[in-house]
Amino acid sequence: MAVQILIPTPLRVYTRGEKVVTVEAGTVGEALRALTERFPELRRHLFNEEGRLRSFVNLYLGDEDVRYLQGEETPIPDGQTLSIVPSIAGGGRWSSGRWITRR
Amino acid sequence: MILRLRQAHQDQIRAHVEGGYPAEACGIFLGREVDGVRIVERLRLVDNRWADPEEQTHRFLIPPEEVLAAEREAVAEGMEILGFFHSHPDHPARPSNFDREHAWPWYAYLIVSVENGRATDWRVWELREDRSAFIERTLEVVP
Repeated sequence: MAVQILIPTPLRVYTRGEKVVTVEAGTVGEALRALTERFPELRRHLFNEEGRLRSFVNLYLGDEDVRYLQGEETPIPDGQTLSIVPSIAGGGRWSSGRWITRR
Repeated sequence: MILRLRQAHQDQIRAHVEGGYPAEACGIFLGREVDGVRIVERLRLVDNRWADPEEQTHRFLIPPEEVLAAEREAVAEGMEILGFFHSHPDHPARPSNFDREHAWPWYAYLIVSVENGRATDWRVWELREDRSAFIERTLEVVP
């Protein structure tokens, strides 16, 4: 079935400017695969080197975070929209993969 | 890319990051992009929601439901999320590796260094497309 995926502003450069991409998929995982097959440059910004979804990348079906549903196995009901939403994390005192001691 | 803030926004950010010290403080920029200038029209000040309060001196989190709410507010008013800010208490206004691992290109990331409770250094960064590093951009403050 046709699923609409909302693309956040920073990633639209990889979808030829499209804000909404429509793919054929029955689950969240299938929708992601279809999206990144069509736009392969999206892959490194959504997935880490191990091929897992980056920890700060979240997927919402309506108002529901799919992590609290069935993850990538979550079925997408007809007419539902999938949103890609970053959580924003960061902070200081981290260098070369090691903690820097506080003064 | 230039990030353009109004003086009133800068004052709000200063109060937020100095008030949050020694924890990191954060927020979201909403506005429009015109010819490479990110014009901030609205600020959302956000509570640092990093789970462990003791780690909030060097970590911050804006959870996805906050970003989703900001995105919906922006779309409803013809704006976009332009980027985010956070403070580095007693630490330079430079992105850390941790910042880099948790960023996307295009967004403007403003980092404010807060030394002994005072906001001292303001720097804007943008992640390279290959994710290898941040590039420093220009912060413009207008009346």
